[in-house]
Amino acid sequence: MLHGYGPLLLEGLAITIGVSLAAFIVAFLLGLLGASAKLYGGRVLRGVAEVYTVVIRGVPELVLILLIYYGTPSLIQSMVRALGPESLARFRVDFDPFTAGVATLGLIYGAFATEVFRGAIQSIPKGQIEAGYAYGMKGLTLTRMVIFPQMLRFAVSGLGNVWLVLIKATALISAIQLDELMRSAEVASANTREPFTFYLAAAFLYLAITIVSLFVIKRTEVFAFRGNEAKG
Amino acid sequence: MTILTETVDYPDRVDAHPVVLSVEDIHKSFGSLEVLKGISLEAHKGDVISILGSSGSGKSTFLRCLNLLEIPGTGVVNLNGETVFSSSNSTYSTNRDRSRTAKLRSRMPMVFQGFNLWSHMTILENVVAAPTRVLGRPRTEAEGMAMSVLARVGIAEKRDAYPAQLSGGQQQRVAIARALAMEPSVILFDEPTSALDPELVGEVLQVMRTLADDHVTMLVVTHEMKFARDVSTRVMFLHQGRVEEEGTPEEVFENPQSERCREFLSTSNH
Repeated sequence: MLHGYGPLLLEGLAITIGVSLAAFIVAFLLGLLGASAKLYGGRVLRGVAEVYTVVIRGVPELVLILLIYYGTPSLIQSMVRALGPESLARFRVDFDPFTAGVATLGLIYGAFATEVFRGAIQSIPKGQIEAGYAYGMKGLTLTRMVIFPQMLRFAVSGLGNVWLVLIKATALISAIQLDELMRSAEVASANTREPFTFYLAAAFLYLAITIVSLFVIKRTEVFAFRGNEAKG
Repeated sequence: MTILTETVDYPDRVDAHPVVLSVEDIHKSFGSLEVLKGISLEAHKGDVISILGSSGSGKSTFLRCLNLLEIPGTGVVNLNGETVFSSSNSTYSTNRDRSRTAKLRSRMPMVFQGFNLWSHMTILENVVAAPTRVLGRPRTEAEGMAMSVLARVGIAEKRDAYPAQLSGGQQQRVAIARALAMEPSVILFDEPTSALDPELVGEVLQVMRTLADDHVTMLVVTHEMKFARDVSTRVMFLHQGRVEEEGTPEEVFENPQSERCREFLSTSNH
């Protein structure tokens, strides 16, 4: 039925999952940094974080992907050639599509995660953090023992959404020739002239990831809400 | 020589104990509103000092200034002879000192009106968290300590429950256990029974009485006049950011010197 393109689709699926997971980790960390900058940073850090979230959320993903994949190397090249010594006149950089995809999606969804974390941290009841201060906690200890676990229950559904949207956005990085699920489906449908079969197969695979994800998100919610009323 | 002998033979019961907490001339303003206008206090080991006053008198703010939940404007706070805060010494007078003196202040833990148990931790975790993470106690030692203080407040069987599964009175007893686990020099109580249903107040006061009997040093901001009268070694009455009246419970309750204090007591005692 798949004319031998099954393995190709599965390879694409594996790459899609790999890019998604790696990009989500980047987004998660950027989100924590961004939210910390917005809430606890000085004027400069707050400004940087503000520009980051406004710009990233205001520009379409596909534009950013193309801009970073094609634009950044040539920008770096021209800068190095203009400023560097003569020996670097033929300097070239190329991003491999996987790294570029992870970096771009991580950067984009880091902006959304920043807003999720910012709201979540602000939702922590004041007394929880005060009790931490009153018992001598500070810095990393306070973050690890009180702020992070308290914040998680307000962040988990928002982060779940970020993850679900991020998975689907990986389809866009087929535009930079990464052989993920969408591109595998394109290749297969072009060679067999059966677009319906292969795009439908791809659709089911994306749906399968989502269904597994929803199960994991549910479990994470139960964990994040431990000791507190489950959300209604 | 005779005088010296006399002081040895008849030591003042309270002054014979070392000074645990000494507070000098604390001022605090919020914007242009001065809430504390110079409050001083000396607590000896085993003292139970009740701090009374109507709302807005500054009593809770004063308590929060001691362990730097609020940073005082000016003044000095010493715990066991070590500086917690000093407005005349620049290393002890900025917001950063809260972080620098965190470990010292953890020996002066607070029991809050709203309990403020960490809701994502079990009862045992709540009591073990600061001793292990702040004082660096080994886990097993901290758990042993936790179980003994939980037993002391009569709630050891709830060790694996979450705070939300407990009544307010039980939560406040756990909060007291959490404070005891720090081997505190002094425990600060900020209206510990004000958020409780009337029928739950008694169990918390009962625990506090046993602590007083065990000579645990306590500063208690409270509206419980009977507790203040029966259990305190000293009573302070605050009014508009100043100490309006101070003395033994007998002095303050039987023979208050200030008009404000008389008024306050007559409206509170019913």
